[in-house]
Amino acid sequence: MTTEELYQLQAAEEERQQALEERIYCCTAAGCISCGAEGLRSAIAAEVKAAGRADKVEVCGTGCMGMCSRGPLVLAASGTALYGNVTPSDAAALARADAPDRPSLAERRIDLQAPFFARQMRIVLANSGRVDPEKLTDYIAAGGYRSLAQVLADMQPAQVIEEVKTSGLRGRGGAGYPTGLKWELVSRQISPTRYVVCNADEGDPGAFMDRSVLEGDPHRVLEGMAISGYAVGAQQGYIYVRGEYGLAIQRLQTAIKQAEREHLLGSRILESGFGFRIDLRIGAGAFVCGEETALIASIEGKRGQPRQRPPYPPESGLWNQPTLINNVETFANIPPIVEKGGKWFAGIGTAASKGTKVFALAGKIANTGLIEVPMGTPLRTILFEIGGGVPGGKFKAAQTGGPSGGCIPEQLLDTPVDYEALTRIGSIMGSGGLIVMDDSSCMVDVARFFMEFCMDESCGKCIPCRAGTVQMHDILRRMTLGEGSEDDLAMLEELSGLLRETSLCGLGQTAPNPVMSTLRYFRPEYEAHIAQHECPAGHCRMEAEVLA
Amino acid sequence: MPIAETKPQAQPAAVKDNREKLLERAMSRHQYAGDALIEVLHTAQELYGFLSPGRMRTIAHKLRLPPSRVLGVASFYHFFSLQPKREHTMVVCIGTACYVAGALGLMELAQQRCGAGSNVSLQTARCIGSCGLAPAVISDGNILARVTRQGLAAELDRLG
Repeated sequence: MTTEELYQLQAAEEERQQALEERIYCCTAAGCISCGAEGLRSAIAAEVKAAGRADKVEVCGTGCMGMCSRGPLVLAASGTALYGNVTPSDAAALARADAPDRPSLAERRIDLQAPFFARQMRIVLANSGRVDPEKLTDYIAAGGYRSLAQVLADMQPAQVIEEVKTSGLRGRGGAGYPTGLKWELVSRQISPTRYVVCNADEGDPGAFMDRSVLEGDPHRVLEGMAISGYAVGAQQGYIYVRGEYGLAIQRLQTAIKQAEREHLLGSRILESGFGFRIDLRIGAGAFVCGEETALIASIEGKRGQPRQRPPYPPESGLWNQPTLINNVETFANIPPIVEKGGKWFAGIGTAASKGTKVFALAGKIANTGLIEVPMGTPLRTILFEIGGGVPGGKFKAAQTGGPSGGCIPEQLLDTPVDYEALTRIGSIMGSGGLIVMDDSSCMVDVARFFMEFCMDESCGKCIPCRAGTVQMHDILRRMTLGEGSEDDLAMLEELSGLLRETSLCGLGQTAPNPVMSTLRYFRPEYEAHIAQHECPAGHCRMEAEVLA
Repeated sequence: MPIAETKPQAQPAAVKDNREKLLERAMSRHQYAGDALIEVLHTAQELYGFLSPGRMRTIAHKLRLPPSRVLGVASFYHFFSLQPKREHTMVVCIGTACYVAGALGLMELAQQRCGAGSNVSLQTARCIGSCGLAPAVISDGNILARVTRQGLAAELDRLG
C-alpha cells in the first residue's frame, strides 16, 4: 500500500460506513465476553438478517466500552444509544428498524450524558468501543496509520522526537520518565542495531488498562511502535505480553498479520525506505518481568531477573544493543500526538503531567470499568462522579499503583491525579489500577496481602527483597492473627527503609509502599490489632490457624 | 499463572508422535536458538500439559543449552508446570479486586475440596484482568463471575 492508497481506502471505507443505516457495536472485550457477548453478537446478527436488513445494518465487535459492571454492552444507532445487561432475548428489539428509540429496551438504556461518560476525555481509548479490533479497515477509517504516513513522508526522525518532547508525554508504566528524552537517548547511541520493546506485561493485580487497549485497538499500539522505531532508528520491535491475556495475544497476532500484508509493517512501509518488524513475546507469569531489565532477560529466553542499572536499556538493553522500552499506553498516545501536534497534547493536564490517564476502576465502586481522564482530575471526581461512589458502604481507602503503591484515605481525595502529587501522599501513579475499599476492608490485612504478593513474586536475586519481604509478611501475618507486639511497628518501619534503600530493582524498592502508606494513614488500626487484639473492620479472625 | 485454555487430553499413540513432530517444528522455526527457550517451553506445555524431566532434557539437548538452564527457566515462571495436571483445572483469582470481594474465602473452600484424591488441579492467579467480575474463578477455561461460596461449591460438585 502507498500513502495515496491509504487515504483512498480511508475515504472509501468512511463512505461505506456512512451509507449504512446503522452500525450496531457489541463490546467483545474480555469482561463482556465472559458475560456472554459472543452469543449476543451472533444473536443480533441473526435477527438483523431475519429482519432483512443485513445490507443496511452492520453488526461489529469492538473493544472495551468502559462500563464493565453493566456488561454485556451494546452501542446501537451508530454510536448514540448504549444498552447494558443486554441478553440474547433483546436481540430482536435491537435489530428492528424502529430504531433509535427502541422503547422496549428503555430500562437497559445507559445515559451517555451521565458523568461516567461526560467527565471523561478519551485520547488513548478514542477508538475503543467504536472500532472493530479485528478489522484493519475500521482502524484506517478512523484515521489510523495516517500519523505513520505523515511521519514517513514529511518528518525527520529528530522532528518526531522534538514533537514528543514538546508534548510532555511521560511514561505510562508508572515511573513517569519523559518519553521524548528516552527516545532521544536511544537515537543518540552509536550502534547499527536498535530495538523497540513494548511492555505489555501488565502485572499489577487490579489493573486491566493495557489489556483493554490491546484487545480494543491493537493497531494503534503497532502504529505508535512503528513511529517510535522510525524516530530512534530501530528496525525491530517486540511486544512482551502477559501469557494470561489470551484474547489480547490473539488480536495482536491478527493485527500484525493484517498490517504486514498491507505494508504498514515489515520492509518498505508504505513504499518508503523504512522497514520495521514487530514480533510477539509471550510472558510466562512472572510479575518481576514488568521491570525493564528483567523483561529484557525474559525476551532473551532467560530467567526474568533484573540486573544492576546503569547501564540503562537506552544504552545497553536487548542483546546489549540500545533499546527503547515503553508501556502500551505510552505507545497508544503517540499517533494522536503526531496527528494533532505536541502543543495540543501539552495543553491537556497539569504543569508537569500532560495528557490523560487511563484508570481501571474496581473494588467497592458502583461503576466498575475502564475510564480515561485528563491529568489533574481530583480523585474524588474519579471515584464519586465517574465511579458512582461506594454502594452500600462507607468509603475507606483508594489503592493506586498495585503492590508498589499506597492506600489513599478519604481526607486526601481532593488530590489531583498527577505523578508528583500522588508520590507526595505516599502512593504512586502506577500503571492505573484504582481499587476502592470500604469499611469492611482491614488495612493491616491489605498490607499483608500486598506483602504476600511481593514475597511470592520476588525473584530471589538480591537479599533485601528476598528475605525482607518474608520478614515483613511474617510480622503482618502475626498481627492479623492477634499476635503482634509493640516492637513490630518499629521493626516494620526499619525494614521498610531497608528494602527501599538497598533492593536491586523497583519490586523490592517499592514493596514497602503499601505498608508505609497504611501505617501513615491508618495507624490506629495497627494499634488496635496489637493492643486490643481486635480488628476494627471485623475482617481478621484474630486467632492462630489450626494446623491440619 | 497458567490459565488453561486448551486442556491436554490423554491421546492415542499415533497422535503422540504427532506432538513430538509439532515440538520439533517449533524448535526449527526458531532455528534451535537458545533464546527461544521460553517459546519452546510454551509449545511443549501446550502439547503435553506439563514439562517432564525427560522432555526438558530433550529440549536442552536440541537447543544446545545446559539442562540446568532449562530447569532454571521452567521453574522460574509460574506458567510452567512440572507436574502433570489433573482432569480439571480451577484457577481462583486472588488479584486485588477479587481479594476485596472475598476471594481468600473462596480459596480456603477450594483448598479444602481439592486436596489429595480430588480430580481438580487448584491454582491461583494474580489478577486475570477481569476485575469487573470480581471475585472471578476460571473453571476449565470458562470465567465464572461474581462467585459466591455456594456457587463455587456447586461448581466443584459439578466437576466431580
